[in-house]
Amino acid sequence: MSGLEIRGLRVSFDGFTAVDGVDLDVRAGDLRFLIGPNGAGKTTLVDAVTGLVKARGSVRFGDEELLGRSVHRIARSGVGRTFQTATVFEELTVLQNLDIAAGAGRGAWTMLRRRTSVPEEVATALDTVGLAELADSPAGTLAHGQKQWLEIGMLLVQDVRLLLLDEPVAGMSHDERQATGELLRRISEERTVVVIEHDMDFMRSFARSVSVLHAGRVLSEGTVAEVQADPKVQEVYLGHAATEDAGDLAVREA
Amino acid sequence: MNLLKGRSARAWTGFAGAAVALFAVAPAALSDFRLGLLAKYLCMAMVAVGICLAWGRGGLLTLGQGVFFGLGGYAMAMHLKIADAGPGNLPDFMQLYGTATELPWWWRPFGNPVFALAATVLLPMAVAALLGLFVFRRRVKGAYFAILSQALASAFAIWLVGQQATTGGTNGLTDIQGFFGYALDDPVNQRMVYFVIAAALLLLIALARQLIHSRYGELLVAVRDSEERVRFLGYDPANVKLVAYVVAAGMAGLAGALFVPAVGIISPALIGIVPSIEFVIGAAVGGRASLVGAVLGAIAVAWAKTALSEEFPAGWTYFQGLLFVVALAFLPGGLASLAKVLRRRGATAPAKAAVVTVGEAA
Repeated sequence: MSGLEIRGLRVSFDGFTAVDGVDLDVRAGDLRFLIGPNGAGKTTLVDAVTGLVKARGSVRFGDEELLGRSVHRIARSGVGRTFQTATVFEELTVLQNLDIAAGAGRGAWTMLRRRTSVPEEVATALDTVGLAELADSPAGTLAHGQKQWLEIGMLLVQDVRLLLLDEPVAGMSHDERQATGELLRRISEERTVVVIEHDMDFMRSFARSVSVLHAGRVLSEGTVAEVQADPKVQEVYLGHAATEDAGDLAVREA
Repeated sequence: MNLLKGRSARAWTGFAGAAVALFAVAPAALSDFRLGLLAKYLCMAMVAVGICLAWGRGGLLTLGQGVFFGLGGYAMAMHLKIADAGPGNLPDFMQLYGTATELPWWWRPFGNPVFALAATVLLPMAVAALLGLFVFRRRVKGAYFAILSQALASAFAIWLVGQQATTGGTNGLTDIQGFFGYALDDPVNQRMVYFVIAAALLLLIALARQLIHSRYGELLVAVRDSEERVRFLGYDPANVKLVAYVVAAGMAGLAGALFVPAVGIISPALIGIVPSIEFVIGAAVGGRASLVGAVLGAIAVAWAKTALSEEFPAGWTYFQGLLFVVALAFLPGGLASLAKVLRRRGATAPAKAAVVTVGEAA
């Protein structure tokens, strides 16, 4: 397993600096939550790591420098992500979605033939994310939560070692959140997981470590308890130093 | 698995039915003149097979297939003109202008039948590969890609017109007499050309069907619907699109090559902007994402053009434009999706998820 090491990451758009010198270490096998107010630069950070936006600084995953590589090469080196709005291939079935995700390394000959059986990793992923019974349904017919699970399943068959998930439980019911959290916990036994999330209850239940971003910088870092006790975090979430639980207000804000 | 079997059984039945219609029914039922026209329509259908793949499945609005059709057509016609003239002689139109004393250097390789035949398919594919490499790598897509294709078709036609002495200019390469030793004014040989075209069409349909149902075909649809997502899975979408574009170009090239013996002419007017759009209209009306739809649509529109432009020469163009707009605006899946649309209308609870969105038109 490899960890993620970010040094001096800077992203600007037309003079606006969205990420302003972030240093971040996520050790292998961590289940790290990135939290912070809207506009803190969380998604931009993930965009930079996955090659979607240009950035300066350094992003190392294992022994490899990721910055400067194209999106599909970063994906091939074992980094996968999801988006705030689930993007699955709606016209293809769940099985086809997973099969495509599993196939970036396939040769031309395999590509030009039909899929005759279900690859083993696809079958495993179908069970892991609990979509085995829906394997032949078009992905477009899935419920919102199921689409998010399908996306996570796609990352699993893609065999990424680092999962970057952008608000995976947004819009989910309480039970679905619980199921997703347990799924992420299982996944993080073998892979490194980074989750952007606004839901503080969810964060408290499942985070192993937390980084708080504010205005493009890392404001605080540590366990859930450490972060919640940090006066700087309370300041950002409440506007002034307060004794109230910073998280609770953040839930309302989100 | 049962579903798969059912699908391929249906495909075999359809394929056998099409073979019977093309090889037994049509030659028996149609006059030589009508059969010749059908051969021409089948060439349009061959282009549509490629368009179905590139546009219907890959979302690439190929508004410039005339270029590839033309490259194939001219490659074939150049060989046939050289063969008609006989060894040592110049093709008739070159003698007419009297400036050329020998074949231009770029004509010479086409004297070789093997080279010319290979060039009809490989030349369009090579041009498409080169163009596609630049265009898809630079992430040009949608309307910009369509306009670029269109501009290329226009430029190619204009260039041909300008090279009067070596390409026959506006007239094109006309009055082609023989086809690899067979005289084309003989109805028996015309029939043979028809059979070659029919066989080639069936072959291309089989090839496209294999591609569509392969893993590549699934990936192509994925690229069409969400290119960015595919990139995050570790694929380079540019390569995926490139394959579809190059294959479609090869199919258009073969269609152009076989069009020449069937009709006896290739000219800039047959490959410029208007014919390029006409290729697409057939596929759009029939249903661009469905092979059967695209092929039957292309044949129907080509037939309608002949039938209607005989009656109303001035009105046809407007009718054609209207057809295109109506198909894209009200029936984006084409006639092939009509049954599905009607079924959905009839159903009390509209199934939102089953909508046949064939991607954006551009």
